Amino acid sequence: MSENTAADEIIICQDVCKWFGDFQALKNCSLRVQAQEVVVIIGPSGSGKSTFIRCINRLEEHQAGDIIVDGIPLTRDVRNIEQIRSETGMVFQQFNLFPHLTVLENITLAPIQVRKMKKDEAMETAMGLLNRVGIPEQADKYPGQLSGGQQQRVAIARSLAMSPKIMLFDEPTSALDPEMIKEVLDVMQELAETGMTMLVVTHEMGFAREVADRIVFMDGGEIMEVGTPEHFFTNAQHERTKLFLSQIL
Amino acid sequence: MQEIHASQVRPPFYRDERVLGIFSQLLVVIIVVGLGLFFYNNMITGLREKHNIAITFSFLTQTAGFDIGESLIEYSRERTYLRAFVVGLLNTFQVAVLGIIFATALGIFVGVMRLSTNFLVSKIAAVYIDIFRNIPLLVLLIFWAQGVFLKLPRVADAIVLGDAVYLSNRGVAIPWGIPTESWSTYLIILGAGIVVGAGLAYFLREQGKRTGRMPLVTLWFIVTVAAVGLIGWIVLPQPMTLDVPILEGFNTQGGKILSQQFMALLSGLIIYTAAFIAEVVRAGIQSVSKGQREAATALGLTAAQTLRLIIFPQALRVIIPPLTSQYLNLTKNSSLAIAIGYPDLFAVAGNTILNQTGREIEMFTMIMGTYLSLSLLTSLLMNIYNRRIRLVER
Ligand SMILES: Nc1ncnc2c1ncn2[C@@H]1O[C@H](COP(=O)(O)OP(=O)(O)OP(=O)(O)O)[C@@H](O)[C@H]1O
Ligand SMILES: [Mg+2]
Repeated sequence: MSENTAADEIIICQDVCKWFGDFQALKNCSLRVQAQEVVVIIGPSGSGKSTFIRCINRLEEHQAGDIIVDGIPLTRDVRNIEQIRSETGMVFQQFNLFPHLTVLENITLAPIQVRKMKKDEAMETAMGLLNRVGIPEQADKYPGQLSGGQQQRVAIARSLAMSPKIMLFDEPTSALDPEMIKEVLDVMQELAETGMTMLVVTHEMGFAREVADRIVFMDGGEIMEVGTPEHFFTNAQHERTKLFLSQIL
Repeated sequence: MQEIHASQVRPPFYRDERVLGIFSQLLVVIIVVGLGLFFYNNMITGLREKHNIAITFSFLTQTAGFDIGESLIEYSRERTYLRAFVVGLLNTFQVAVLGIIFATALGIFVGVMRLSTNFLVSKIAAVYIDIFRNIPLLVLLIFWAQGVFLKLPRVADAIVLGDAVYLSNRGVAIPWGIPTESWSTYLIILGAGIVVGAGLAYFLREQGKRTGRMPLVTLWFIVTVAAVGLIGWIVLPQPMTLDVPILEGFNTQGGKILSQQFMALLSGLIIYTAAFIAEVVRAGIQSVSKGQREAATALGLTAAQTLRLIIFPQALRVIIPPLTSQYLNLTKNSSLAIAIGYPDLFAVAGNTILNQTGREIEMFTMIMGTYLSLSLLTSLLMNIYNRRIRLVER
């Protein structure tokens, strides 16, 4: 077991399996992510990318295999689940901001309710984060009053407010108009440069090429191939990887 | 370069958006008022010329001459028709208010149960909803009155709960407070307690706004008022004595008796309306997208926090309008009281008074006007609330 707890391996997935009824969505997926690493997950629709990263913070429950996040085994133990969730942030395709709360309230909610932070302190942190994602002037608006790109940046700030060690992104730019994609990718790139561990499901190959340390290709619920961007774009091994890349590039 | 002043160009009035808007509204008002006047005139002249009847409300001051089974205010057969009308109105009001409160509580409870992941809990709620939504209310009320409350044992064999509550075919006798001389002083102390509690609640709320963690303001308010109430109770010489019903021969003595008609009507309305409210609550909660719950969960909020801070506030926006309809339905449905002999507004005014005086037009105008006012009042309150919680969109 000593290799499983290597200090710099922050996410360890070993033979993770997941079924929806009779349908197996994940088949023996194994992946080890180093701290501060940026891993991009690509693959055709329905290949299990979302399911895989949603297992890591227990939005989905895996039925076989092991997941260990920052040394904490993900089991049915609710204390472990709680701890893992407090160390991982997640950004969704549909933003999922809370429409009845202002931008500032969206960001301060979890720090105040979960971390029991003082409101002043939480507001200060939130304003700092809004500055970082470039929209401090939107603090008192409601999500419905923002553009898609602005909403997604608020969603990133909301996750960061919990000071996570790991950030999970599930197609964060897929619901955005082309001109807004860049503003979100820029924020993500900056985040990667600060040393955040990131798992990113995306179809943005430019981002993958520039920012990812490794790329994971999934198909049919399996992890088919893992490698550096260079490996992927110059000599991908699997036929299906090549086919997918040729379609998307 | 040509100068641009597009905004100053005015279209001809028959194409002007604003003029057309005002004009069409005016037209509607004129048509409605005109039609109303036409029919009213028609009725008045018809009645006067053909039947020689004039519309007048002067009979209301005449002696009623009939008894009413139960009343919230002092009433006897020597009082006027107007007094009898008010007795009926208060009885309706009482059933409606109590019914709305309990039906809401039960409806939310069943609605949340219905969404439970526990199969048994969810099924029990589903069966409840399916049964009571699908029985006509009139049938349910008559069954409740004749099949349940009338079938309770005679008073002598009454079902006794905790030596204080007697269930019998005469109704339900419960302990009731009787005020003594110091009662009014006590009320003043209690009023002071409410003022202090409200002040504290305000302070806590402001503090909660600052720290972002809202304390349980309502709870603190209740605790404060209860504490003051308790102190007043101890300091004063017995502001109220508790009158516990006791069995004496063939009757219960003392306490307050909730008639079997009242109990049947109230419980029937609550059980029936709660089934609809449960569905409204369920639909409201389900209308909140799955992503909201996921985002809250991913942030580390507990299930209870997610329900209270994320799901309920959003569900409420969907729940309020149909919930208002259910409140209106309950209020209007209370007029079925006449079928089980409870003296509500319609039973007193639409039946007894009308039969004795023969004043259909006047009585129905008053009855319909009263129900209409009650309904509009309910709608108004709910609309104000709805406006306060509306989502801000672009
Ligand atoms: N809640 C669910 N119930 C049943 N099947 C599901 C559920 N969620 C996902 N699936 C199935 O699991 C498979 C993997 O889904 P997943 O959402 O992980 O794919 P994905 O790779 O993220 O696809 P996309 O690129 O379209 O988002 C799909 O075949 C999907 O139909
Ligand atoms: Mg997906």
